[in-house]
Amino acid sequence: MEIRLDETELVGAARSGDRQAFDELVRRTFVDTFTLARRLAGNEEDARDVVQEAYLRAWKGIGKFRGDAAFSTWLYRITANAAASNLQRRRRQRSVPFDDDFEPVDTGAEQMVSQSAESAEALDRIAGALDELPAKLRSVVVLKDVYGMSHEAIAEELGISVSAAKVRLHRARRKLRDVLYDEGAQADAM
Amino acid sequence: MRCDEVTAMLPALVDGEPVGFDAERHVETCLRCQAELARYRRLLRTLSMLRTRYVEPTPGLLGETLAAITEAAEHGARHTLLSGRRLAYAGAIGGSALAAGATAMVLIARSRKRALSLAG
Repeated sequence: MEIRLDETELVGAARSGDRQAFDELVRRTFVDTFTLARRLAGNEEDARDVVQEAYLRAWKGIGKFRGDAAFSTWLYRITANAAASNLQRRRRQRSVPFDDDFEPVDTGAEQMVSQSAESAEALDRIAGALDELPAKLRSVVVLKDVYGMSHEAIAEELGISVSAAKVRLHRARRKLRDVLYDEGAQADAM
Repeated sequence: MRCDEVTAMLPALVDGEPVGFDAERHVETCLRCQAELARYRRLLRTLSMLRTRYVEPTPGLLGETLAAITEAAEHGARHTLLSGRRLAYAGAIGGSALAAGATAMVLIARSRKRALSLAG
């Protein structure tokens, strides 16, 4: 009979170098980590690189994981850091736009306003709008507003100051608001 | 304060960050800014719901990732083994050099002693 170990036991075994335990942690967290990587990267191809890099870093660093935070939280931070490194590498390779050359796309804002914000369609629209954001803004808004990371943790993993993280967050929110609710705002102004 | 000035502060205010008494008072009395703030609240609520809207990984990616970890682990083990061997070689060479040095010192000291006794 197979005994299912809990996460703490698996982390403990993985810290001692148990590969099977680490592989099990990878299997249990893979969809969640891939989702974060996909949200941060904005595309499937980069998400694949980010998720692999994140787990390689996690394997190399598992011995240093003290267990102060949940394993998933630790993994989120590693993934955020891997995504930032991936972005820098991509910029060097093919000059990925990193600034604010962002044009709101037509996401059917008028329907959005009339629908429930929690509908599946609304979630798809907001996910699409996130993909269209400049990478540096997307990273911050995903980590803060989707995953609930602190400004301090975000700043540390992205290698920026806390104030820069806040500025990026506010700009990202404004851009998302413009894309998703602009029709509504214009209606209000009339 | 004017609405356009306050609007710029709403992405911070929606988190409860202090934006100044004048701006906060403006929002309390301005229906337009209240509606705008409500949009930001809705935006944040929807974003937080993305947290559990999982994206299905590409087929085969889990296997590729586990294989990459295996490769890295084996490479790391080889690297550690090589580092260990290098350390052992370095230790052996260092030890030999020390022993040779000590022998030379003893020989020099003896030859000096003999030279002194012959002179005396």
